[in-house]
Amino acid sequence: MDTELILRVYPFFLQAAVVTIQLSILTTILGLTCGALGAAARMSRSWVLRAIGATYVSIFRGTPALIQLFILYFGGPQIGIQLDAFEAGVIGLGVNIGAYMAETMRGAIESVDKGQREAARTMGLSRAQAMRKVILPQAMRLMIRPLGVNINALIKGTALVAAISVVELTYTAQRYIGSTYKPFEMFLLSGALYMIIIYVVGIGIAWLDRKARIT
Amino acid sequence: MTTSFVKIKNAAKSFGNLQVLKDINLTVDRGQIVAIIGPSGSGKSTLLRAINELDPLTSGEVWLEGVQINRHLPPRQYEAHVNQVRQDIGMVFQHFNLFPHLTVRGNITLAPRMLKGLTEAQANALVEEQLTKVGLLEKIDEYPSRLSGGQKQRVAIARALAMKPKVMLFDEATSALDPELVEEVNMVMKQLADEHMTMIIVTHEMDFAASVCDRVLFMDQGVVVEEGPPSVIFQNPVEERTRNFLRKHLARNGG
Repeated sequence: MDTELILRVYPFFLQAAVVTIQLSILTTILGLTCGALGAAARMSRSWVLRAIGATYVSIFRGTPALIQLFILYFGGPQIGIQLDAFEAGVIGLGVNIGAYMAETMRGAIESVDKGQREAARTMGLSRAQAMRKVILPQAMRLMIRPLGVNINALIKGTALVAAISVVELTYTAQRYIGSTYKPFEMFLLSGALYMIIIYVVGIGIAWLDRKARIT
Repeated sequence: MTTSFVKIKNAAKSFGNLQVLKDINLTVDRGQIVAIIGPSGSGKSTLLRAINELDPLTSGEVWLEGVQINRHLPPRQYEAHVNQVRQDIGMVFQHFNLFPHLTVRGNITLAPRMLKGLTEAQANALVEEQLTKVGLLEKIDEYPSRLSGGQKQRVAIARALAMKPKVMLFDEATSALDPELVEEVNMVMKQLADEHMTMIIVTHEMDFAASVCDRVLFMDQGVVVEEGPPSVIFQNPVEERTRNFLRKHLARNGG
């Protein structure tokens, strides 16, 4: 293994890791937003909203994320959507992971004991009041870990945007392989950086989960 | 003077092809305490849950103090109407259904604060009053997970009472409790009876029903088989089905 090469190029990989982190953060924010809207739609009383929610989830979970990215980035200009690679990456991945997060959130909300809703409603609370004050506070706690799994998948999923030439960790590895012919070292280096990011995020999720545990 | 306070007229309910309530009529006067007994699957919980629209009837009427609870209204108005009438109907569940993320205080003040706009001082006074009544003032800032089953149910009763309901519904309130914890909940219910709270109690506790209730309904297969004062139902039931049920029940519970 060429350690000298690794020491020479790693600062560029650190810069790329920053891009991966930015992508991950923005994608998480967009994903949580789409997830919350998707979950709300899927549990709505209006069948139109329920149908929209179900369609959203089945389209984005039912096709490869890479195809979704390609349609947005390469196909977008044909229908008047001009995005740079980074923007397309965030939107493509965020809307995609949002479909998974919608199901995670819906699952957590539905797994709150139905006696909780009944108790709240029998006292005269409206559906919305019961949701806000009784169901959601409990569901939020239940969804931290499974959303952590979604976020873990999303961080690794950011590697896909290398295919639309966003200069993040995977793309950077490929670029340096082109000039050094050392794929083992280059992929190992980017892999290690992914692992560090995921490890730190994992600690954060575990901390949140512990803190939110019902006393 | 008695006034019919809770009135159920020609109540029927089906789940698909299964008819769980068949033409049930019941009136409860103000301050009366009515027990509903019967085998599981007889429809007694369904009837109770129809009173506050948790399980709406398929047909028939439910009235509380001259107001029809199960009015047929457009969805929005129906919601508002139901949310309003439910404030007058307290309900206690078999599994307590306390809110685990809120303290005892939070559990009790949630609905009064949201629905009646109490100030913090008013809410605190209310909690203290209700908790004193059920003898749990010292648990005011505990979370439900720190309470025994009996204590949880007493808090649940205090929570229902905090809305100052006109009638209280008990759905097998002591069925999930260890035997040694049943008495403390029964004591609280007896105390409510002494205060002339109108109560409808679905129960398996025949001794309790006999000692507290003014009237007992025996239900089986979705109909009221027999009703009358506890002395008649428990000592001299007329119907064969009632006798059978009580005999089996006594055999199982050793008197």
